Amino acid sequence: MENEGARGYGVILLTFTLAYVLAVLPLPQWLMWARPEWVALALVYWTIALPHRVGIFTALLLGVGLDVLEGAVIGQNAFALVVVALLSLILYQRLRVYSLPQQSGVVFVLVGINQLVCQWVQNLEGAGAASLLFLMPALSSALLWPVALHVLRGLRRHYRVN
Amino acid sequence: MLALLLVVVLIIADLRFRKLETTRSVLDTVATPIYWIADLPTRLGDWSDTHIQSRTDLLEENERLRRENLVVQGRSHQMSSLQAENVRLRGLLNSSAILRDDVLVAELIGVSPDPVRHQLVLNKGEVDGVFVGQPLIDAAGLMGQVVEVSAGNSRVLLITDATHSIPVQVNRNGVRAIAEGTGSLGTLEIRHVSATTDIREGDLLVTSGLGGRFPVGYPVAVVSEVERDPGQAFARILAVPSAALDRSRHVLLVFTDDPEQDG
Repeated sequence: MENEGARGYGVILLTFTLAYVLAVLPLPQWLMWARPEWVALALVYWTIALPHRVGIFTALLLGVGLDVLEGAVIGQNAFALVVVALLSLILYQRLRVYSLPQQSGVVFVLVGINQLVCQWVQNLEGAGAASLLFLMPALSSALLWPVALHVLRGLRRHYRVN
Repeated sequence: MLALLLVVVLIIADLRFRKLETTRSVLDTVATPIYWIADLPTRLGDWSDTHIQSRTDLLEENERLRRENLVVQGRSHQMSSLQAENVRLRGLLNSSAILRDDVLVAELIGVSPDPVRHQLVLNKGEVDGVFVGQPLIDAAGLMGQVVEVSAGNSRVLLITDATHSIPVQVNRNGVRAIAEGTGSLGTLEIRHVSATTDIREGDLLVTSGLGGRFPVGYPVAVVSEVERDPGQAFARILAVPSAALDRSRHVLLVFTDDPEQDG
């Protein structure tokens, strides 16, 4: 049993690392604004799937890591992801029975909130965005949610993480 | 609730008191492999560019480089005589000679994923002698300054970041000004220049060295737009950075001989 638990953590860790890599992958300038929030997507999935294992504390660590990676104020993404995890924990029972488009809609709102919090902290620093383009990742993340869901669920079922 | 509180404490500690610099530089070292992996596709592209290339292409490039080298060598001969003359003249004027700067070639391993934040990650760090505040240039001009150093890599703030300003002067007549980043990669804004100041479109702006951080005389930007509205106290002046901020992969970290670097 213990062995299985350890393997489960390995899979979760791997997906988060992958999300980190995708989060800093160099993109052309015109795509920059629409970069999906991969880390938030992975976090939402794991919170819905395993609310007893992945939650606020994971979000906190994950966020600090992302802050360091992005060179942002430490706590910016941590704050945003903690809020996202909190909402996912409240909503997970409903989210599990939603259809895919409905789930995408919720993901749109969650990532939108994530972006708003990030923007708010960036404005404290004096480096906020000038337009509403910073909400673009909410749209792209919602569109990519079905893909992320299938990949992550496939991984979870294949390695029997629960 | 506890987590939210902790996060707010973190934000305040970093933003207000800058208490997390050492933590950050340690964590940065851990983050390096992630940048390295994310950079792999680009490096693979570079590799295939250099290894899978036709003979004619290489010959052509070789020819072109030979020609370029000839021109540059000719110029550098001229340059050395001009430099000697400059030192003599400065001696006559009783001012200290400008010393040549040493440079360290660094490679870009990451760019900030956030479009609002203009930062680069370089593959040189503390062990190579990189320090906070060190200027970064490419072949065409000034790019920015180092803001964070960890053991093996460093983070650079570009001159176009919204939180960056740099003292400049017009190369043509020596008018001094401050060039601020606007948050868009192709534009700097020259702030608080009175409407009667002699700045024209096409003027080259170079570092003035007044801040004590950047060495004198590196090209920064070219004035692209001057708008003088009689109703406004200041002219609105925009400039395009000379350096290829979004294209340069190999960049130069400048070591000046001035010991008082951390101004």
